[in-house]
Amino acid sequence: MKKKLGKFALIFPFLLWMVLLIVVPLFLIAYYAFTTSDGNVLHFTFDNFKSFIRPNFIKVLIRSLKLSLFATVICLFAGYPVALILSGNAFKKKALLLVLLLAPMWMNFILRTYAWLTILSEKGVLNSLLEAAGFNTRSFLGNEKAVVFGMVYNLLPYMILPIYTSISKIPHSLIEASYDLGSSSYGCFKRVILPLSLPGILSGITLVFVPGVTTFVISDYLGRGKVPLIGNIIEQQFSSGIEWGFGAAISIIVMFVVILCMRIINKFTDEPEVTLL
Amino acid sequence: MSEVNANNIIDLIDISKTFGDTDVLLNFNLHIKKNEFLTLLGPSGCGKTTTLRIIGGFEKPDSGQVLYHGEDIQDIPPNKRNFNTVFQKYSLFPHMNIFENIAFGLRIKKLPEAEIRKKVTWALDLVNLSGFEKRKPDSLSGGQQQRIAIARAIVCEPEMLLFDEPLGALDLKLRQEMQHELKKLQRSLGITFVYVTHDQEEALTMSDTIVVMNEGRIQQAGTPVDIYNEPKNRFVARFIGESNIIDGTMLEDFKAQFAGREFICVDSGFGKNEEVDVVIRPEDIKLVPPDDGMLRGTVTSVFFKGVHYEMTVQQGDINWLVQSTVSENVGDTVGINIYPNDIHIMRKSEGDSFTQE
Repeated sequence: MKKKLGKFALIFPFLLWMVLLIVVPLFLIAYYAFTTSDGNVLHFTFDNFKSFIRPNFIKVLIRSLKLSLFATVICLFAGYPVALILSGNAFKKKALLLVLLLAPMWMNFILRTYAWLTILSEKGVLNSLLEAAGFNTRSFLGNEKAVVFGMVYNLLPYMILPIYTSISKIPHSLIEASYDLGSSSYGCFKRVILPLSLPGILSGITLVFVPGVTTFVISDYLGRGKVPLIGNIIEQQFSSGIEWGFGAAISIIVMFVVILCMRIINKFTDEPEVTLL
Repeated sequence: MSEVNANNIIDLIDISKTFGDTDVLLNFNLHIKKNEFLTLLGPSGCGKTTTLRIIGGFEKPDSGQVLYHGEDIQDIPPNKRNFNTVFQKYSLFPHMNIFENIAFGLRIKKLPEAEIRKKVTWALDLVNLSGFEKRKPDSLSGGQQQRIAIARAIVCEPEMLLFDEPLGALDLKLRQEMQHELKKLQRSLGITFVYVTHDQEEALTMSDTIVVMNEGRIQQAGTPVDIYNEPKNRFVARFIGESNIIDGTMLEDFKAQFAGREFICVDSGFGKNEEVDVVIRPEDIKLVPPDDGMLRGTVTSVFFKGVHYEMTVQQGDINWLVQSTVSENVGDTVGINIYPNDIHIMRKSEGDSFTQE
């Protein structure tokens, strides 16, 4: 009995944290999404969900998924080689590269994204350089490419780090064993390193895809409001202050879409320990 | 000293290798004959694993030559060498089942599926693990995993198998079983085994040739019987089994003086009155009634070791380690007899540089 109490005391802070910061907010969101107040009387309603079923909202949701998917794929293909080089012994300046990778993460997310405005805007650094070199200036912002670029820039470390961790965890003797049995470097990569880094790839995909779908800062700044994502729609509902119910409903819809996507991704691995959702 | 010759599968010539400030191997020479079971034996840090890794192609020597059938193979990477290694930590691929683990090397050779199936079945049968095809490596015990690792190497039909302390993680009983199985395998397959271990008993049980190493140098090379009976120096005598090593003088051929009297021995070729080390194995010392002994001492300790008793007999300032199936009592005065065949004389100076004989 005493033992049980001791155990409970240990997990209590965590439980409290879970309840206050995860369970309660989720209930609040559900509360707003499923109710409508009409004077002083609360009604249960599906209206908030129904009003989402309109072509322009669906279009924004699909765009969010599409752009985030692009960003995720780019991060994967750009990040994997970096993670591979980082985890190898051949690269001597490993620490420096890691710091360079992580340094942007120590800066404020909004500030980092804002910094790109001064570089990419019509009168920004890049255009001044182009002008000086005799080229025409052009608009880099306000399109889907800019938003995807912003996502890749901000989220790339979240792809590299888990992959780096999972490659580093592969015992060197397995790599030697594969060479010993006749593998070429490519064969070793394909048959040993890649399959064993799958857990890292999956968490990298999750860590990039989910924030990518829900971001509103990137699309606000680099998309110049011309490429609204689902995050912008949600934000508008709450900042305008009157449509909390609708905003909460969209949040729930996005949550389910994301869970569905993760389920599909997890189909690619049969290892229960790396199942993410 | 044997030279490079056509029957050798591997010749290491004047190999030196340094890690940081440590000389791991120093002008190291080793000749491995075809179809022999050669064991590199020595304490940790003696360079035995480095030697194996140089043969396997995982390390490059700083200087010297690695010859394979007389041809230099230093620039040939491990995947192009016709040897396979059984690693210390099994190193099975955790994401593949047992079948795929064993088939790994065969798939690289792009053999037809039916042949792969046949060979994997053969290899599993060879290590007595038929029916394990679908299991994952982590569901197997250490001994089973090691046998899979051996099957995975053997199935590639290499000309030589390299073993890096493969039984180190197993318990004593399993280790002894595996030693016999390995020896049997080596005989039936007729391929060269190069085996690294720090366990002298393991080396004595399995090897055709033992190469005793210390500090990057060969201390002695020979058959297990030679190494045990005729250790060349203090290090070998200490490392292989237990020994009494005492100071003595070689009076003339076949006559040595130690422990306060003269003994007839079988050694010759030493200088007159040369200072020597005398090695006497504890099981070669015979305890007799005090008046019948060449020497006389007092029993100071007796331990039961299962097969025999291990006793210490003090005679002057020498503590003789004696093994006998008959126990004496602590405090008893006993006679000690040592016969000529059991006296091994070693030069004091020997112990530095040796090449393989």
